Amino acid sequence: MSSQVHGAQKFDKAKRAETVFSEEAMKTAQTIISRYPEGKQKSALLPILHLAQAEFGGWLSPETMDYVASILKIRPVEVFEVASFYTMYNLKPMGKCVLEVCQTSSCWLNGAEDIVKYIEKKLNIKVGETTKDGMFSLKVAECLGSCGTAPMLQCGASYHENLTYEKVDAILETYKNEGRLRSYTDLDYKNTL
Amino acid sequence: MGRKLLIHNDKVPGIHTLEVYRAHGGYASVEKALKTMQPDQVTDEVKKSGLRGRGGAGFPTGMKWSFLAKPEGVPRYLVCNADESEPGTFKDRYLMEKIPHALIEGMITSSFALGAKQSYIYIRGEYFYVARILEAAIAEAYAAGWLGKNILGTDFSHDCYVQVGGGAYICGEETALLESLEGKRGNPRIKPPFPAVAGLWGCPTVVNNVETIAAVVPIVNMGGEEYAKIGIGKSTGTKLISASGHINKPGVYEIELGITVEEFIYSEEYCGGIRNGKKLKAVVAGGSSVPILPTELILKTAKGEPRLMTYESLSDGGFQAGTMLGSGGFIAMDEDTSIVKNLFTFSRFYHHESCGQCSPCREGTGWMEKILKKFLDGTANESDVDLLWDIQSKIEGKTICPLGEAAAWPVAAAIRHFKHEFIEIAQKKKFVDISHYDRLNKIRA
Repeated sequence: MSSQVHGAQKFDKAKRAETVFSEEAMKTAQTIISRYPEGKQKSALLPILHLAQAEFGGWLSPETMDYVASILKIRPVEVFEVASFYTMYNLKPMGKCVLEVCQTSSCWLNGAEDIVKYIEKKLNIKVGETTKDGMFSLKVAECLGSCGTAPMLQCGASYHENLTYEKVDAILETYKNEGRLRSYTDLDYKNTL
Repeated sequence: MGRKLLIHNDKVPGIHTLEVYRAHGGYASVEKALKTMQPDQVTDEVKKSGLRGRGGAGFPTGMKWSFLAKPEGVPRYLVCNADESEPGTFKDRYLMEKIPHALIEGMITSSFALGAKQSYIYIRGEYFYVARILEAAIAEAYAAGWLGKNILGTDFSHDCYVQVGGGAYICGEETALLESLEGKRGNPRIKPPFPAVAGLWGCPTVVNNVETIAAVVPIVNMGGEEYAKIGIGKSTGTKLISASGHINKPGVYEIELGITVEEFIYSEEYCGGIRNGKKLKAVVAGGSSVPILPTELILKTAKGEPRLMTYESLSDGGFQAGTMLGSGGFIAMDEDTSIVKNLFTFSRFYHHESCGQCSPCREGTGWMEKILKKFLDGTANESDVDLLWDIQSKIEGKTICPLGEAAAWPVAAAIRHFKHEFIEIAQKKKFVDISHYDRLNKIRA
C-alpha cells in the first residue's frame, strides 16, 4: 500500500529511553484510550500514532513506535504493521512542512501537475525530496476530498485550496518565516492563505 | 428551487454552534424519537422513507438496520463512515464542516433506534481539522445534555466518539473500516459474517455513511411517508452531489432525486454549465469507480429518454450504456480532456490504494497503471488496449472487497466509450496533453 519502506533505521536504546510523551500529550493519549472499552485499547493506535508523530519531530522512528507499543500494551510489530500501511505516517525524517499536492482526476483537470512543477522549481527539489535546510518536503497525494476547490495542497492540518502560483508563493513564504513543524494534529487549522 | 433537507441552513452564520443550530430547529428529531417513539418505530419510519445508503452502494438503510442482531447482554454499535475518499466526492466533508450537529443529531437518533449505547465516527485522517470541528460540537452536545447519561430524562444514554484514520481509501469499505477502528491495517474481512452480526470487536454493528445518518433527522421529523414523496420510484428524498471538473460553479449541491442530468449541469441553480464556453465531453457521475459516459449517453439514455439523477435512470442501459449514482461525485470534463490521462489518474489512485490482500487487485491495479503510463509516454501498442481489457476483466468479481470492481470498471468504461483515443495514441506513438494547458493562468488569473 504505502511506498515507504522501513529502510535502515536502527533501533537505538539510548534514544528509546528519551522517547517519552510530555505531560500534556500523555493526558491527550489517556483521553483517546478512554474512548474504547476495557481491553480494547489497541483501537487507540491510529490517533496515538498521529499524536506521537507530531510530538517526536514529524516522523515515527523505531524508538517512537516501540514507545507507543508500550503505552498501548501491544507488541511493537503491531505498531509497525499499522504505521507502514497508512499513508499519513512517515517512517523516515521529513521536512518541517510536508507539502502534499493532490493529483487525482479533478485536481489534475485543474492543473495540479503545474502546481507540482512550480513548487519543484521554486524549492529546487523533486517530488519525494526535502529541501537542504530541512524546511520543506514535497509529496503528491491521492484524492484529498477537495475536488470542488481544485487544485489544492495539504500541509499539516491545513487545506490550501483553489491554488494559484501567487497563493503557493504566499504559503511557502509564511511557513518559512514561521519555521515550525506543521502536523495534522495542529489546532490552527483555519485556512487563511 | 428544489427542496433541501440536509444543508438548507449551510449559509446561516454560526450554524456550526449548538445555539444557532438549535435555534433553527436542531435536535428536534432526538426529542421526537426519545419522547414519543419506540426504537422500532424509528426504524419503521426509515424503512418507509425508502432511504438508500448514500456512501455509494445504495442499499436500503431501513433493511440494513433490521438485520442488526440483538443478542442479550452484547453491546451494539453504530459506526459512521466518514472516510470519504472516493475521487470526486467531498459532500460529507462539507456537511460535517458546515453543520456538524446535523451528523451528531443523526447519530443520537439512529443509535436510539438501534439500541446502541456507543457510536464512533470514523473520519479519514486527512480531514483532521474536520474531526476537531466534530469534537467541538460533541463537547457542546454533552454540555447541553444531548449526549451522555439519561438524555432528556429518559433511560436512553449514549456516548459518541470521533476516530481519525491514517490515510487509506480502503477504510471506506465497511469491514476494513472496522479493522482500522480496532487499530489494525485496513484489510477488508471476508463476509459473512456481516457487521450486523459480528462487527466492531465482534459485536453487532451498523455502519452508515455520514449523509445517510444525517438524512435520518428529516425523516424522523417529517415522517418516512412524507420523505418518500420526494423523488421518483425507489430513488426517494434528496441527495448531496459533489460537483467538480470543468464546470462554472463547482461545489456541493443538494438535489431532489429525479431532476435531469441536463438541468444539473447547465442550470444556474447547480453547475452553471461548462466553463470557458467549452463543450462537455464526458462525465463521471458517481465517483471515480463508476463508468464514465460520453455526453450523448449522460444526457440521454440509450432509448433516447432524458437521463435523470436517480439510482435507476443513471444505471439504465447497464454498463453498456449506463453508469451509477454511486457516491454522487460528479466530475464533468470538457472537450479538451484526454480520457486516457484521466483514466491514468484513476488507475494510479487504485494501485496506490489497493490493500494488497488479493492478488488480482494488488497485481492487476499495478499492471493497469503501468500500461496506461505507456500510453502517456507514447510507447503503447494497439494490442495494449486488449491487454488492458483482459486485465480489468480478470480483476472484477475476484476479490474479497469491491475495490477490485472499483478499479476495473473505469478502465472498462473508458475503453468501451473512448477506444479511439487509445488507438490514436498507439498509432501516432505520441501523446500530447492539452487538457489543462495554461489552465492556471486562464482560469485563475
